[in-house]
Amino acid sequence: MATGVPASNPVPSAAASSTPVSSVPMSDAPLPDAPLRAGGGFVRASFGDTRPPPGRVGGPVRWLRENLFSSPLNTALTLVLLYALATTLPDFLRFTLIDAIWEGEDRDACRAQALGREPGACWAFVKARTAYFMYGQYPLEERWRVDLTWLLGGLGVLWMLWPRVPRKAAGAVYFFILFPLGAFVLLTGFSAVGLPPVPTYLWGGLLVTLVISAIGIVVSLPLGVLLALGRRSQLPAVKFMSVVFIEFVRGVPLITVLFMANVMLPLFLPGGWRPDSLVRVLIGVALFAAAYMAEVVRGGLQAIPKGQYEGAMSLGLGYWRTMTLIILPQALKVVIPGIVNTFIGLFKDTSLVSIVGIFDLMRTVEASLTDPKWATPVTRFSGYFFAALVYFVFCFGMSRYSMWMERRLATDHRN
Amino acid sequence: MSDVALRSVETPRAAWINDPRVRGLVWQVVLVGLVAWILIGAGSNAIDNLRRAGIASGFDFLWRESSFDIAHTLIDYSSRSSFGRALFVGVLNTLLVATIGIVLATILGVAIGVARISSNFILSKTAEVYVEVVRNVPLLLQLFIWYKAVLEPLPEARASINLGAGIFVNKRGLYLPEPLFGPGSWLIAAGLGAGLVGAILFRIWAKRRQDETGRRYPILLTALALIVGLPLLAALLTGMPVEFKPATQSRFNLSGGIAIQPELVALLAGLVIYTAAFIAEIVRSGIVAVSKGQTEAAGALGLRPNASLRLVVIPQAMRIIIPPLTSQFLNLTKNSSLAVAIGYSDLVHVGNTIITQGGQPLEVIAVWMAVYLGISLATAGVMNWYNQRIALVER
Repeated sequence: MATGVPASNPVPSAAASSTPVSSVPMSDAPLPDAPLRAGGGFVRASFGDTRPPPGRVGGPVRWLRENLFSSPLNTALTLVLLYALATTLPDFLRFTLIDAIWEGEDRDACRAQALGREPGACWAFVKARTAYFMYGQYPLEERWRVDLTWLLGGLGVLWMLWPRVPRKAAGAVYFFILFPLGAFVLLTGFSAVGLPPVPTYLWGGLLVTLVISAIGIVVSLPLGVLLALGRRSQLPAVKFMSVVFIEFVRGVPLITVLFMANVMLPLFLPGGWRPDSLVRVLIGVALFAAAYMAEVVRGGLQAIPKGQYEGAMSLGLGYWRTMTLIILPQALKVVIPGIVNTFIGLFKDTSLVSIVGIFDLMRTVEASLTDPKWATPVTRFSGYFFAALVYFVFCFGMSRYSMWMERRLATDHRN
Repeated sequence: MSDVALRSVETPRAAWINDPRVRGLVWQVVLVGLVAWILIGAGSNAIDNLRRAGIASGFDFLWRESSFDIAHTLIDYSSRSSFGRALFVGVLNTLLVATIGIVLATILGVAIGVARISSNFILSKTAEVYVEVVRNVPLLLQLFIWYKAVLEPLPEARASINLGAGIFVNKRGLYLPEPLFGPGSWLIAAGLGAGLVGAILFRIWAKRRQDETGRRYPILLTALALIVGLPLLAALLTGMPVEFKPATQSRFNLSGGIAIQPELVALLAGLVIYTAAFIAEIVRSGIVAVSKGQTEAAGALGLRPNASLRLVVIPQAMRIIIPPLTSQFLNLTKNSSLAVAIGYSDLVHVGNTIITQGGQPLEVIAVWMAVYLGISLATAGVMNWYNQRIALVER
């Protein structure tokens, strides 16, 4: 390539310097401006035409030109999209905000006949049902226990996830040991301390969604790490069993795993031992997520150079110390995005438990829609929109946090 | 001599308990014992429980009469058919959704992925909003939205909405025009076949010519002309024997045409839109991952942007894209099992009907697992073969 460029470019302008390069002939045919052939390359003898300087247009006009109207195709796309947005966005805003009904006691608030105009989204319905969407049928006078659990959980999450908060080790003990125990006692009840027991069939809504995803996350991460280590283990029996488990679970849909947990778990246990239906789906969800987590972690383990293992070995560290002190801290850091993606998938997948009869957020919304008290043409959309918003906030929050954490943890000095 | 000296040195042997081989063996024996104990325990419990509950086991039920109807079948099926045939109908329906879904999701996903890296600000932002919204809302909820909030409020058959081009939509589903084949239609099919073969032969010939002479031929245009032109020519010669007959709208009903059930429409819409968001991200990251130097080097060689994209960037991006794309295809197939929630008769829905009708849960679940594992392994096999073909050949 260097042979094709003039040895020294007498034109100082950066804009003009590209001209001679691009006019270097690509074929062997002699050109009118007769480049000198020297040693198999080309040396250009004459100057190319200088291009006019770039336009002086700057600011918004230039931005528009470069980003929206740079070519006929781009211009057409821009116009089509602008038209599509201009026709749908105002309708959407009118429906969800301007024409929406915020206050009301029953379906008359959201019906065209009673309202005298086309109704927008019926947020009054969502408002009236918010408590049900949050707690399900958890007894009214005991709901403070759920609130307290959320508060304690939120504190734990903040402690663990906010880097400025000190004493992470204590936080981990709190979040992974004290909080689950406390939450269990608070939610299920413990007569000895004056908390009447609340059976899990009364639980519902966001409470159940969060319980399932939290337990799924807390169980699947360590289990997934163990499975990933097992899959890369030197011990054939361990490796074989890990591979079989991982590939089997990843090969079938979650809904069949849930059916299996629901139907087969009671069959496999000694007679008369019927685990709680919430516990059954919890086991299903956790095992399912663990298999996916294992593959994510395995990716991280494979990314660690062999020298790290050898270095650890040469220091005399055994298998578990090598893993916990050297390999896993690096491997897990590499796969944080994958782990969070698995968490997000798990959170969304909890909606599937509604199919096997657990009253999670999805099911409570679905159940409210059959209530004749609120039966209007817009109720269904309003309920689904609310549910979508709740799921979106959690999932989007997790993904943004992971992106932010990824940037913070980037200790390779690539940039 | 040194050999002798070495041998005479007593190697300090560690206690056998610290020998990693011994330890490994012990751990494995313990693990295998534990798993075997759990499996045997579970198995004997299952046998006990089944006997106590009086549930028959075994796969004999597959040949018994099912006595339930299935709304959507690709093969002959009635309530007199066997359970086995019912499950087979379910398998075919699952495969139908998966195939159509994979094709459509790939097209939409690639389009959106390319839109995300477009220099057009509005286009890339719209694509980004699409991806973020669709990815972060559960598929089940999206299916409910499509099925119950979009398709259910549609008008009755007598007030079907005409989407143009002979396509109607109403509460009962989507109605496409039905092709009616007159005499001589086989010539069109033959023309299509000849076009395909011709296109492939031309591609081989053009590639060889290019290798020999460096001249390039318009492969894409020629192939298109062959594949579209030959059947068209056949149609013209035989006097248009194929007619597309749209459904006919009468006062109270809509009849004729190819009717696609609302369940299938909703399931496909949900699956395609959901999976396309993931495919878009895979495509985007694959293209972005090809380093900028490659594009610049292609430009320096004198390739136009179009050619550099086609010859330099995309072949490299494909290597990054294929493995995650495979898992998205598998996800789509597995996610099609959510059909059970909206009542499309896929494998899980049919199986669930059998379970609720009269037991045999173990066997039905076994059939589910076997079929999905089979599909997963087959898809993974095909995609791995393709991946190996395009993988970087390293010396």
